[in-house]
Amino acid sequence: MSNVQIMTGNQAAALGAKLCNVEVVAAYPITPQSQLSEILSQYVESGELKAEYVRVEGEHSALTVCISASTVGARVFTATSANGLLYMHEQLHWAAGSRLPIVMCCVNRGVGAPWTIFNDQQDSLAQRDTGWMQIYCRNNQEILDTVIQAYRIAEAVYCPVMVCYDGFVLSHTMMPVDIPDAADVKAFLPPYKPHTILSPDDPRNLNPVLFPGQRRDSEGVLRDGYMEMRYKLQAALDKAPETIRSANTAFAEAFGRNHGGMLWEYHANDADLIIVGMGSLASEATAAADILRAEGIKAGVVGIRVYRPFPKEDVRDVFRNAKAVVIFEKSISYGYEGGLCSDLKAAFYGTNIKAPIHGYIAGLGGRDVKARELVAAAKDSLASFDRGMVEPKTTWLSTFTG
Amino acid sequence: MEEKKDDNISAMCTVAVGEAGKTGDWRSVRPVIDRKKCIPSLKNKSACFLCWLYCPEGVVKPGIPVEIDLEYCKGCGICAEECPPRAISMVREDKINE
Repeated sequence: MSNVQIMTGNQAAALGAKLCNVEVVAAYPITPQSQLSEILSQYVESGELKAEYVRVEGEHSALTVCISASTVGARVFTATSANGLLYMHEQLHWAAGSRLPIVMCCVNRGVGAPWTIFNDQQDSLAQRDTGWMQIYCRNNQEILDTVIQAYRIAEAVYCPVMVCYDGFVLSHTMMPVDIPDAADVKAFLPPYKPHTILSPDDPRNLNPVLFPGQRRDSEGVLRDGYMEMRYKLQAALDKAPETIRSANTAFAEAFGRNHGGMLWEYHANDADLIIVGMGSLASEATAAADILRAEGIKAGVVGIRVYRPFPKEDVRDVFRNAKAVVIFEKSISYGYEGGLCSDLKAAFYGTNIKAPIHGYIAGLGGRDVKARELVAAAKDSLASFDRGMVEPKTTWLSTFTG
Repeated sequence: MEEKKDDNISAMCTVAVGEAGKTGDWRSVRPVIDRKKCIPSLKNKSACFLCWLYCPEGVVKPGIPVEIDLEYCKGCGICAEECPPRAISMVREDKINE
């Protein structure tokens, strides 16, 4: 039995958190996330969601409340955007370093200065190295489903997950969403089992100063040093793709919707030209691929769904026959190129994938990106590749400045 | 999706004396209590104990007489500063036997 309703991305995310029976929510409103935190506070106020909603004075505290609540054994949820996420930055490291399965929605928005409230993905991309897993959604159904999957992944890997979706483009756009049955979600998502519960009956020092090397504690037990603990975080994320893929498969079996595990493909199998992106931009690229195919160019799309851990094995598989790659990104690592472009090139290193790669920066600060612009850019790239361009400079799409 | 459980994936330790190691050897000056001036010893009553209250390391035992655990006392001198009758003096470790 399907239960399809029309809703915004923020409503879908709030419903996802509710279906997961989160026990503590702490969030501070920021455009374009605000509607999400408002809906959750309504759920708590009306008693629909048996959770504690902690009102905080800023995002740093919002995540701190979630860290504390997760440490005492609660399933927690928070959400933010842009500069709010940046304000959380320090606590992002604490959450991951403490190995807490927190799920947070990042409603992607450009970062000031100059001030913008509109969409790009600079905010979450800038948090790449905090130890959080990052999943990018392409439509509102995927947002709801990914929040549910995110808890299953986070609580298996013991690492936090950021569910990212584009501000306004998804957060404030209404689409039909099939709402899963609460009992089915409960069956899919086992109860949260904390790795350590901090309780007054068993007091602990949490995250004490660790010395560079291993050392015996006061009870004579040899404890890991800082570097060993950090290695364990990396080892957990290295293994996480298996968990992410199996969570996706299990979800597809239970609910009949497969959003791709680490990435998704659109006519990529026989494509000469593969367009790459994340989130709604990759979704738009599927329209571009259709136009290119109609014009006789065998184009396909690969949407990177999980950016961290990076889908290295998956991209090596889907790009094995690619003859040309064009990447569109809504963020940049200033002073170099788009982060996805660098990561993709690095994943191909040492393989037989020698396709030329052209990176584009597109859609910053809410700049609309149309399928026909993607088509024109892809054709430009193909023409340049044909002329022998092997090391293309990053191109800023439709950007003209005096 | 059963994961192998590692009990030590986040840095935690049980609360214990000397968790950070024996910090007494950090000390260059030692608190020495003059029992003839210290209020609990003088009055034979559980009184004052400001040294116990102010000690940032929790190494002062509020008894009669007051005792300081030199295994962990770092020699900061806050107890000597706070002591109303000035019963605690900070003595250089290399002059302690003079």
